[in-house]
Amino acid sequence: MTKIRTQYNRRSFLKVSAAASGGMLIGFSWLNGCKPNTPEPEPGIALPNEWFDINGYIKIGDTGLVTIYSPNPEIGQNVKTSMPMIVAEELDVPWENVVVEQAPLNTGFYQNQFAGGSLSIRLSWNALRMAGATGKRMLMEAAAKEWGLQLADISASEGVIKENNGERTVTYGEIASKAVGIEVPEEVDLKSPKDFKLIGTSIKNVDGEKIVTGQPLFGLDFQREGMSLAMIQHPPSFGMTVKDFNEEEIKKMPGVKDAFIIDTTINEPDWFDEKGFKQLIAIVGDSTWELMQAKKAIKANWESTGELESSSMHKERLEKALVSGTVTESRKDGNPEAAFKRAAKVIEQTYTAPFMAHNTLEPMNFFANVTEDSAELMGPTQTPEALEGSVAKLLDLPLENITVDMSRMGGGFGRRLYVHFGLEAAAISKKIGGPVKLIYSREDDMSQGTYRPTYRSTYKAGLDENNNLIAFSVRGAGLPDGPVFPNRFPAGAVENYLAEKISADTNITTGAWRAPRSNFTAGAEQAFLDEVAELAGKDPIDFRLELFERAKNNPVGEEYEYDAERYAGVLKLVKEKANWGSNEPNVFRGVAAYFCHSTYVAEVFDMVMEKGQPKVKKVWCAVDCGIVINRDGAINMMQGGVVDGIGHAMYSQLTFENGTPKQMNFDRYQLIRHSQAPDDIEVFFVENEIDPTGLGEPGLPPAMGALANAMYKATGQRYYNQPFATERQVIG
Amino acid sequence: MANFKLKVNGKTQEVAVDPTTPMLWVLRDHLKLVGTKYGCGIAQCGACTVHLDDNAVRSCQLPVSAVGDKEITTIEGLSENGDHPVQKAWIEEDVYQCGYCQAGQIMNASAFLKKNPNPSDSEIESAMNGNICRCGTYTRIKKAIKTAANTENA
Ligand code: FES
Ligand code: FES
Repeated sequence: MTKIRTQYNRRSFLKVSAAASGGMLIGFSWLNGCKPNTPEPEPGIALPNEWFDINGYIKIGDTGLVTIYSPNPEIGQNVKTSMPMIVAEELDVPWENVVVEQAPLNTGFYQNQFAGGSLSIRLSWNALRMAGATGKRMLMEAAAKEWGLQLADISASEGVIKENNGERTVTYGEIASKAVGIEVPEEVDLKSPKDFKLIGTSIKNVDGEKIVTGQPLFGLDFQREGMSLAMIQHPPSFGMTVKDFNEEEIKKMPGVKDAFIIDTTINEPDWFDEKGFKQLIAIVGDSTWELMQAKKAIKANWESTGELESSSMHKERLEKALVSGTVTESRKDGNPEAAFKRAAKVIEQTYTAPFMAHNTLEPMNFFANVTEDSAELMGPTQTPEALEGSVAKLLDLPLENITVDMSRMGGGFGRRLYVHFGLEAAAISKKIGGPVKLIYSREDDMSQGTYRPTYRSTYKAGLDENNNLIAFSVRGAGLPDGPVFPNRFPAGAVENYLAEKISADTNITTGAWRAPRSNFTAGAEQAFLDEVAELAGKDPIDFRLELFERAKNNPVGEEYEYDAERYAGVLKLVKEKANWGSNEPNVFRGVAAYFCHSTYVAEVFDMVMEKGQPKVKKVWCAVDCGIVINRDGAINMMQGGVVDGIGHAMYSQLTFENGTPKQMNFDRYQLIRHSQAPDDIEVFFVENEIDPTGLGEPGLPPAMGALANAMYKATGQRYYNQPFATERQVIG
Repeated sequence: MANFKLKVNGKTQEVAVDPTTPMLWVLRDHLKLVGTKYGCGIAQCGACTVHLDDNAVRSCQLPVSAVGDKEITTIEGLSENGDHPVQKAWIEEDVYQCGYCQAGQIMNASAFLKKNPNPSDSEIESAMNGNICRCGTYTRIKKAIKTAANTENA
């Protein structure tokens, strides 16, 4: 059994009081409190001050009903179900007695949340267990006191406390009000993972019924008495700004109440303030349709403020950066140059990927109600605290006078880490002096994004006479940031190694997109290793396992960022489950493995040719994410990641001409559809007792590699440039 | 502006709107039925799917003036207690991630199953191909449609 403290430096993570309607209320720090200072924080973050802020609540009512108020933003990762499961496990109550509720609005419940980088579960694990275990312990102490017994003489399970050598029992509900008077213990025991009853099982999404009956859950569904609607128009191209527009004409259009230009420039913008256009035309009215018509009638004078970039220009910049760009991060082991010279075989390949939009199915939107001295905001954001700060700067209001509440989000994928749409809503509300909901059209959403950068990486490998990998190098450039992780695999596994990350300029706005950098690098690296294994005459899984052996037993150079044993573990598991090595006629197999966001994933794809097109039929996916909380929810996340990976590697791209995105809606921006998704995706977990890590992102990156490798088997052609569907000489 | 009498989810409702207004916005802005979702506005994503009589249609492409006396059913009116076999199958298979596309998926699937109670895999795929799920829940949707088909036929 492990112990966990409920205090730190005499500050408490937890408070207890009587619940208004009878019973006990436990408030605790749900530790989503990592300050959003980087979209992808490094592991081992220092304990943030926010640890001590109470933002999660458990109510144990006198009927025994346990209500867990979840403060977490739900972007589709199912944390609203899985996190309460952790509390219920340690509290030891049957799930049937648990109700999960969204914490009420405007009460300060929603402090310090951040749903990004698959961090939610990782950061909350201990806090949630501590809260549940403390509740259980206090209920037990209250029962022991009541009965005149010692804690050791009683036990608690499934919401009932009983005397070990006697008949007496009491339910949590019956004793809850008495537990309020018990002193909060300084330290409590946590369950041993082998005693988990709820964790590791499958619990259905707590919002399921609301979703299938169309309840208003999302930001776009939000209504407020007297609320206006607003839409914006941004300049047609990156590198342009608005000068003026036919304001008077627009104002006279049916249903238009007002039209004006807003400026959302703030001092010292942070990374989450990333945006392409600070000055925007805003139109306010009562109906979305009329606003859409008015938007079409805008005649504006736009001015150039910078270069109008095109995709051909981006390609040239990346090519140039790979040759002569400045290296911003690197790692070198041994003497790669000499090793490549003496290698018996050398192979070099270059991989590319385009800009991509997030395309959450719910477009950006936000509600704001700004008065003289306060601002109230509500909508789909992954970073409410960041938005609050930016609104304070824009409106010059003290933080205390601003509230930001979160709705359920119709997809995140990193897009809602950026706060500009909330800021725009605030600017519009201030101008009109009343409540307003800003709505982006799909075109607005797609053409003023915080896109996945475009990338280009060159990989090189050298084999000796015995087909051992003796040299490996990668040089990767991105607009604006390179995709290379110098200390990731195969760092540590190759004697002579060089990794260089290169950045180059663009005025296209970019940001975190599901599994930043990994979403390109995994595919490129895993496709390259497949080719190297082939050149070495080795099975692709065995080839990788050899490298992990090396990294484990005789690591090269300084520390590397992965656990070779766990990495090899997922490959071995997928090999066994997929029955790798069995050859079915007309089934073409590809494999890939990747580690990111602290989770290890290996995938095997079975591809067939259907009407002359390659199609992934079946996927096996092996995952090591430590302890699995909600099994079916976890499987769902992995399946989604695989489909997302296939879709984006195969079909999606955002290209530019003179600063204007050429894809503005789903007619030209292709997303994966039903008929293109695999028939079946089986997911297997490595069972261990390691603290859980996130699943929001790690399923996607290896899918891109497994896809490329299966396509090679199916078509005889290697695929280097995403999206593969546009690169098919052989297929189609 | 013109007045329209609409039959929505079994009730007759009156709205005064521009005749070109798509049903999607009539439902969302004027009747406050927000279960029907906006995803693209150009017939590409299926998030706005409703039933017009027994047919699944994209409400973003259906001007209010074209509805006439046809019956409109939205996700809110698919069943009284959320117990339509397709809704139940969705819960059974725990289909959704963010959930945003699912009203459209359910409305399309329920109209499709009514016409084809015993669909093959490829019939499901082509019937559902117009409904995008950005979260990638396609394999579960397919499974849920089969589950619903089986319970309806049981
Ligand atoms: S909103 Fe109608 S099809 Fe996308
Ligand atoms: S569940 Fe998110 S778009 Fe389908």
